[in-house]
Amino acid sequence: MTPSVAQPRSLDDAVEALRTAIDPTVLAGGTDLMVAINAGSRRPTSVVSLIRVPELQGWHRDGDEVVLGACLTYAEIERGELASLVPALAQAARTIGSPQIRNAATLGGNLGTASPAGDSLPVLAALDATVETIGPDGVRTLPVLEFVTGVKRTALRAQEIITAVRVPVLRGPQEFLKVGTRNAMVISVVMAALVIDLDGRSVRLGLGSVAPVPVRARDAEALAEGSVDWDTARIGDQTVFGRFGELAAESTAPIDDHRSTAAYRRHAVSVCARRALERALR
Amino acid sequence: MSLTGERVRGGLGESARRPDGGPKVAGSFVFSSDLTADGMVWGSILRAPYPHARIRSIDIGPALALPGVHAVLTAADVPGDSSYGLEHADQPVFADDTVRYIGEAVAAVAADHPDTARRAARAIVVDYEELEPLVEAEAAITAEPIHPDGNVFAHLTIRHGDTTASGDVVVEGDYEVGMQDQAFMGPESGLAIPDGDGGVDLHMSTQWLHVDRDQVANCLGLPHDKVRMSLAGVGGAFGAREDVSMQVHLCLLALHTNRPVKMVFSREESFLGHVHRHPARMHYRHHADKDGRLVKVEARIVLDGGAYASTSRPVLVNACCFAAGPYAVPNALVEGWAVRTNNPPCGAMRGFGAVQACFAHEAQMDKLAAALDLDPVELRLRNAMKTGDRLVTGQVVTGAAPVEELIRTCSGWPLPAEDPEPDPMTLPGGAGRTADGSRLRRGVGFAVGFKNLMYSAGFDDYSTARVRLEGGVATVTCAAAEVGQGFVTLAEQIVREVLGVDEVILAPPGTADIGSAGSTSASRQTWMSGGAVERAALAVRDRRDAGEREPIEETYEYHHPPTSPLDENGQGNAHVSYVFAAHRAVVDVDLDLGLVRVVEVATSQDVGRVLNPLQVIGQVEGGIAQGVGLAVMEEIVMDRGVVRNASFTDYLIPTALDMPDVAIAALVEEPEPGAPFGAKGVGEPPTISSSAAVAAAIRAATGLALTRIPVRPQDIALAHRDSTKLA
Repeated sequence: MTPSVAQPRSLDDAVEALRTAIDPTVLAGGTDLMVAINAGSRRPTSVVSLIRVPELQGWHRDGDEVVLGACLTYAEIERGELASLVPALAQAARTIGSPQIRNAATLGGNLGTASPAGDSLPVLAALDATVETIGPDGVRTLPVLEFVTGVKRTALRAQEIITAVRVPVLRGPQEFLKVGTRNAMVISVVMAALVIDLDGRSVRLGLGSVAPVPVRARDAEALAEGSVDWDTARIGDQTVFGRFGELAAESTAPIDDHRSTAAYRRHAVSVCARRALERALR
Repeated sequence: MSLTGERVRGGLGESARRPDGGPKVAGSFVFSSDLTADGMVWGSILRAPYPHARIRSIDIGPALALPGVHAVLTAADVPGDSSYGLEHADQPVFADDTVRYIGEAVAAVAADHPDTARRAARAIVVDYEELEPLVEAEAAITAEPIHPDGNVFAHLTIRHGDTTASGDVVVEGDYEVGMQDQAFMGPESGLAIPDGDGGVDLHMSTQWLHVDRDQVANCLGLPHDKVRMSLAGVGGAFGAREDVSMQVHLCLLALHTNRPVKMVFSREESFLGHVHRHPARMHYRHHADKDGRLVKVEARIVLDGGAYASTSRPVLVNACCFAAGPYAVPNALVEGWAVRTNNPPCGAMRGFGAVQACFAHEAQMDKLAAALDLDPVELRLRNAMKTGDRLVTGQVVTGAAPVEELIRTCSGWPLPAEDPEPDPMTLPGGAGRTADGSRLRRGVGFAVGFKNLMYSAGFDDYSTARVRLEGGVATVTCAAAEVGQGFVTLAEQIVREVLGVDEVILAPPGTADIGSAGSTSASRQTWMSGGAVERAALAVRDRRDAGEREPIEETYEYHHPPTSPLDENGQGNAHVSYVFAAHRAVVDVDLDLGLVRVVEVATSQDVGRVLNPLQVIGQVEGGIAQGVGLAVMEEIVMDRGVVRNASFTDYLIPTALDMPDVAIAALVEEPEPGAPFGAKGVGEPPTISSSAAVAAAIRAATGLALTRIPVRPQDIALAHRDSTKLA
């Protein structure tokens, strides 16, 4: 049976389409959904496509923050002014799929899918991003770590959609490292996103593919924050970097699967976290 | 020579253009998945969800009840032989009472829409009793049989020279090769059209039309000429299309519905629906004298053949015949087993048994070099096989064997310079930007390999071709399957060369028009079908030159010299000819993350004669890509008989960022006696030793033993961490 497809041209129409459709499935870039449909693992009865909703497109600056539309593509994230405002997110975008995939895949889609291997998630976690949603109950705002509740599970309610993601523009270095078994176009085995906020004097480390949800390595962050000379933005004690990696690994709960082993993931987290901190603050 | 006295364009030795190149680039080439027919319905196969189970009952009622369903067939509906197979017909068309691997066909459906067909297949109710799967190849040798024919497909012992001999220096090791997939581009697809007279026309992407046809007809219970097979556009093969996949199911459905039936496997179904490269476990012991001359090679090779026979026996024969590598080995004791398990069936893949053995014998040569404190290249030179030497099967190598020249030219190729400011994308980890320059190590590894050309061990291998000359245009009819390798180009080049005509037309390959061309495998079509086309063209030329009027038509059946099976000691003249290649890999390794970037693979290859330079380069580069894949990423991950990564999301093959630069140090042109134009097949050698060379380079970079391919990041990173902790 062919599903009905609604293609709303405004946010109001999208909300209405979601309210009236029977068991709607939300479509953005389609890089997850179409694969699932073609594989026969999902057969939606109705589809609401968000890709022509103008309010969900692009990004804009809002004071100390940028507001990223749910339909912002990775191709838009990885280059231009936005890439210099949120460099870790841009680097994460560059690791995703192929150029063709990045032209279609969206930030909102990555969040909505909420895969443990979602490439943007550790960056958004490190940035303390907030997720804005709209639905029958109106508009809601959730921290990203509350938005992602489990493996491919989110706090989205029925008929609710993501409208935007709000991230801070921070002064300080940002790093994103992704380990995969291939040098491009690969599902991550481990990800580490490091954000330094020189003004707020904070170090934030988000980790991905090492737990059901993205993880913040709080103990590692505390160690680093206590070790930084904030005037020079450097860590002088050379033992801190290794310890930072070890603490990061301790904050994870990885599994053995067909892509890797828990032991390797834990080890790789320590290596990536250490390297990220060395690049940023040594 | 042409009649005008000028050399014809597009003849042998030129990089003639592929006749199907333009359409393939433009997207207008018709692949088997593009076929369509009026009144066509769609087929789908229900596959078993368990690696080992008894089928208590099958209820097709719910599937038949769905609107749009035309037929639902099970084992009870197969009118002829219930099983098929290339060598030994032990693979059921549909599982009857027992399922022996995950994905085994249980039933087939035809419906008016592919989605309906898939839903109908899922609606069939099968009551399974799960059984304990037998998944360890070694255990299978003595385990309770999981098939009436037993668990041992083949057991072979080669005793060569004095098997009690021993050397001054002995090195020993255990090696393992994972299950590689051919990962071709176009999933299996085909179209069967009933002829209204009890017969059927089958259009399929395959590697060997006539033997497919025979197996299909046997299962349909039809005379062979009632099944006509035509080659449909093939999207790659690499061995995976040697075995029957959907052929019988398609024809059964077409005859039952009396409608054309089309089927296209999904990618997941493709992974489950064709054979893979045999996983191998090998134990080796090399003996050498103090000067590094090989005294004896001992090997025990166990191949996991999976649930059904396919080509397990000849793959094992190859693994054992070439177990010692392209070296002069006076004494050898090789024992090989190919066994049945509840893993997916394994069969042909580029390199056919030689790849697994090469990984082990080349690791052993490096180990021996280290024990002797000799340069690994020097050790290989001291033992390099040459014309007149004997294989471990006792057979004398009578043709070209330029092993020393391959080793010298390949090892002498300048090493790539280290880039002081590399693009981070080209470092280990690539786009993930994980690399830390201070933790990268470069390694160089070397390997040499060889295998046979064409079918061996007494098989009557032949190809048939017809050439017709009319109005200055030559038409070639040959059933050789073009699977991307470029036989279509070569056939045109041969005819242009022999007849001096510009225009050559290739008739569509089919079983109704001509006899067998044999399989597009074993690097054999250039020699076999090339030979048949040449001889047919020569016969036409003779008649033309004698003044006969056109049309002139000649058909030629080309046979290679006969071979013999191996005797009880694994001795005998089993092969016609051999082909050799050397590879030198340069890798950068991230010691802490275990990520690898293969920087360059240099190669020298024994080719006999280059007939089309561009096609030779294409085969060399493509084969190296597949070899690099096996070395660092390509593996079907099995978990107690269950395939865990039946998709291109998780079955990783090299991307452009993983593919090394390929440096062709030499294409050694020593014409092969008896070969048409002196040319050897070039398709397989690039895969045989390239994996071994990459593994050797990673060992050199890390100092780790790394006895298994693919080498996984954790194999490097965790071993390196543990070794530095100890130190």
